[in-house]
Amino acid sequence: MSFIANTIPEQAAMLDTIGIRSLEDLWDPIPASIRLNRPLDLSPALDEQNLVRHLQRIADANVHLDRNLSFIGAGIYDHYCPAIVSALASRGEFATSYTPYQPEVSQGMLQAMYEFQSLICDLTGMDMANASMYDGATALAEAALMAVEVTGRTRVAVSEAVHPHYRQVLNTYLRSAGDEMILLPARRGITDAASFEDLLKGPPACIIGQQPNFFGCLEDVSNYSNAAVRCGALSIISVDPFTLALLKPPGEMEIDIVTGEGQSLGLPTGFGGPLLGIFACKRDYARRLPGRIVGATTDSEGRRGYVMTLRTREQDIRREKATSNICTNEALMALMASIYLVALGKEGLRETAEICVQKAHYLQQHLENELGLKPLFQSKFFCEFAVTLPIDGDELNQRLLQQGIIGGYNLRRRYPQLPDSMLVCVTETKSRDDLDRFVQAMKECIAS
Amino acid sequence: MSRYTHQNPLLIEGSVPGRRGVRTATLDVPAHSLGDMLGAENLRRELPMPELSELDVVRHYTSLSHHNYSIDSGFYPLGSCTMKYNPKVNDRIAAMPGYSRIHPLQPEETVQGALQIMYELQAMLAEIAGMATATLQPAAGAHAELLSLMMIQAYYRHRGEEGREVVLIPDSAHGTNPASAARCGFTVQTIKTGSNGNIDLSGLKAALSTQTAALMLTNPSTLGLFETRIAEICELAHQRGALVYCDGANMNALLGIARPGDMGFDVMHFNLHKTFSTPHGGGGPGGGVIAVQRCLEPFLPVPVIIHKDGRHYSLEEDRPHTIGRIHSFYGAFLVAVRAYAYIAGLGADGLREVAENAVLNANYIRAKIAESFPAAFPQTCMHEVVVSAGGLRRHGVKALDVSKRLIDYGFHPPTNYFPLTVPEALMIEPTETESKQTLDTFCEALIQISREAEDDPELLRTAPHHTPVSRLNETAAVKKLDVRWSTGG
Repeated sequence: MSFIANTIPEQAAMLDTIGIRSLEDLWDPIPASIRLNRPLDLSPALDEQNLVRHLQRIADANVHLDRNLSFIGAGIYDHYCPAIVSALASRGEFATSYTPYQPEVSQGMLQAMYEFQSLICDLTGMDMANASMYDGATALAEAALMAVEVTGRTRVAVSEAVHPHYRQVLNTYLRSAGDEMILLPARRGITDAASFEDLLKGPPACIIGQQPNFFGCLEDVSNYSNAAVRCGALSIISVDPFTLALLKPPGEMEIDIVTGEGQSLGLPTGFGGPLLGIFACKRDYARRLPGRIVGATTDSEGRRGYVMTLRTREQDIRREKATSNICTNEALMALMASIYLVALGKEGLRETAEICVQKAHYLQQHLENELGLKPLFQSKFFCEFAVTLPIDGDELNQRLLQQGIIGGYNLRRRYPQLPDSMLVCVTETKSRDDLDRFVQAMKECIAS
Repeated sequence: MSRYTHQNPLLIEGSVPGRRGVRTATLDVPAHSLGDMLGAENLRRELPMPELSELDVVRHYTSLSHHNYSIDSGFYPLGSCTMKYNPKVNDRIAAMPGYSRIHPLQPEETVQGALQIMYELQAMLAEIAGMATATLQPAAGAHAELLSLMMIQAYYRHRGEEGREVVLIPDSAHGTNPASAARCGFTVQTIKTGSNGNIDLSGLKAALSTQTAALMLTNPSTLGLFETRIAEICELAHQRGALVYCDGANMNALLGIARPGDMGFDVMHFNLHKTFSTPHGGGGPGGGVIAVQRCLEPFLPVPVIIHKDGRHYSLEEDRPHTIGRIHSFYGAFLVAVRAYAYIAGLGADGLREVAENAVLNANYIRAKIAESFPAAFPQTCMHEVVVSAGGLRRHGVKALDVSKRLIDYGFHPPTNYFPLTVPEALMIEPTETESKQTLDTFCEALIQISREAEDDPELLRTAPHHTPVSRLNETAAVKKLDVRWSTGG
């Protein structure tokens, strides 16, 4: 199955046109000493039917969310994805196109990206957004590097309540560029506001937080912008855009850059990829932004049309002086997120988000009232919360798995200083029965 | 496309207050006050989102799709992007709930199939590369370049060779190469292309020094040419203690024919969305893969998949020399699933046929259009051919005009004005999945366009003529920046 159209007689005719005798002659430029003189060591080719069967068999070794109840979030959220999203995004016209270098034949994707940027701006309350980044973690790292460029400072302050993986990625990027990361401690699940005071002594390039933070708690985002203004730094908040259906947009709190993971907007959990990095900022930084940006303009007859714009920031034009090295980003994922946002619409988004909040609080109360599992932190939360456990989190998860339930995220994996605890996530995909079943299972598993 | 020349209103322009779309859930627990649960101070006042029916949304995006050229719509010879057919079966496989509906933080024992796919795909790609091992962590090609350079940086830090701060890059390289190097704090030094289209060896020798960290080469180069003295080039770099990086964007030419590892490269990247046929998605998701020789293995990003006792797959993070984590989770997994399926479906013979036909098709185009559009370098090319439209300058016609006129004939234009070293460059990459008939029609169109350039150059300068919009004012787009609709929200 190599999907090749040319027949052998056609190949012969083509060789004739080229003026060579055999396919082998095509390799003349490659010295024999470095040619592969054996077939690649790969499994025998499979026809389509056997290919599907083979990959179905491997897939069957995975426990998936359609068959098993899951309460794990921690950066990837199992929201219901309406049929319309994949039905439209999988259209070949979108899926098998590439970066719209030729705008006249790419108006569809260009307009879709302009609309995506607009939706992200409306959701975050920011002035402008790009047409996507790889994922939430790299979007955050790029934002930090942008702040380093803008301020000329080399230290980056980040809250301990930011996703541990994001902090690791940030650290990888900063270390390579010769920059330094300072950790702002969290107290009772919330970034310690007192630690912002210390930053005045040695002002950083930026101050980075997350909303809701990794523990599920709601932070006072204005602390970040206030502190940033005081020390001449940029404020950066990583968000779960889904929660912005209800929560105050960071733009209202004068945040400089908003990044985030867009997976919660109708994308599959997909073992964590491909994802959708979101990047939005104040207009002041228009020429510093990494990634593709689509702008509206007019054609020679005055008709509205869309093009990639502010191109002089980009690697194919500026080479080593570009604002980022990013080229291919996540256009199709951005398209899916847009379809999700508008398919649910203003009312549907608010309603779905509220259902998540209601159900998460229902479960938290039942775990506390029926099992005596106290919340680890007292802060307000959206749809994810930490509960203290009387036993080890990994042990509990093992027992839950026996009952076909994927439990929460064991916080001690990344925060060894915390007591035994679990980060539990509830979305609209869990029915009341599911929640009651989880409470019962937790009861049995803790007792056993 | 001529049937669909209407303008599409913006989503927000079709919005009607009170109209609603999909209902995805119903509240089945007792309701409490949102203000109590979230804190009144945390609630937003307005949510400025469009209000549309589900059918409104379906029609909107279907209509947009009609204004978007794709591989499924027609020939897409965009050089260096490998716009080959994307098999539908791979999409079906990636949508299986066993792949699409798993969470990255599930217990390892519940995702053994996913880890198996990743582990085996890494092994397949290492074999194709001729390297020791591979990682699927990078989200795209440029990401892979960046991480490879981080690994090279870590390699020298580990060896105490801190003074290696220069990365050598040919003038014909993709812009991502110098941009990635700069991102890592390296100084970029440009190497000239020689008169035969290959690297100028004397220039390279002069540039190599004890400050050279790496030489980044694309092979076949962006001129579509195989770097014939590559073994010697790698040897020269190694003699000066430098590593050699292969930008594998053009690997479609070499599958099963020759391997970068055997040529002397130390590290390379693949683009799964190019060589291994995963859909380009209008500009992503891509899939980047890095393959390395043993010397760079300790520096691979975490987590690394290991196969304990030949049975259990697990993710290992505790690796002392790693550059660290570089993606939220494990890279573009569902892209990797498609690439796995592609390789499994083709096998060794199928992959070799890919290379053969990709190179055959490119050389066929080179020969067919040689009189109208001569190749920048006359020798046998690899998977793509770079030709010059410079001959049309005398009619006041540019490569861009030829590209735009091709749209009128129903084709996606080639990459134009790249590589920067060829005047009026048109970089044509047909890929292996295109038929002789398609190539014939395309070549005839190009030849016809060269005649039109002589007879009626205005026809080219005002092309395209049958698209929803004509040439767009890009200068105005920058001057009067409009990058979002305005809702006052």
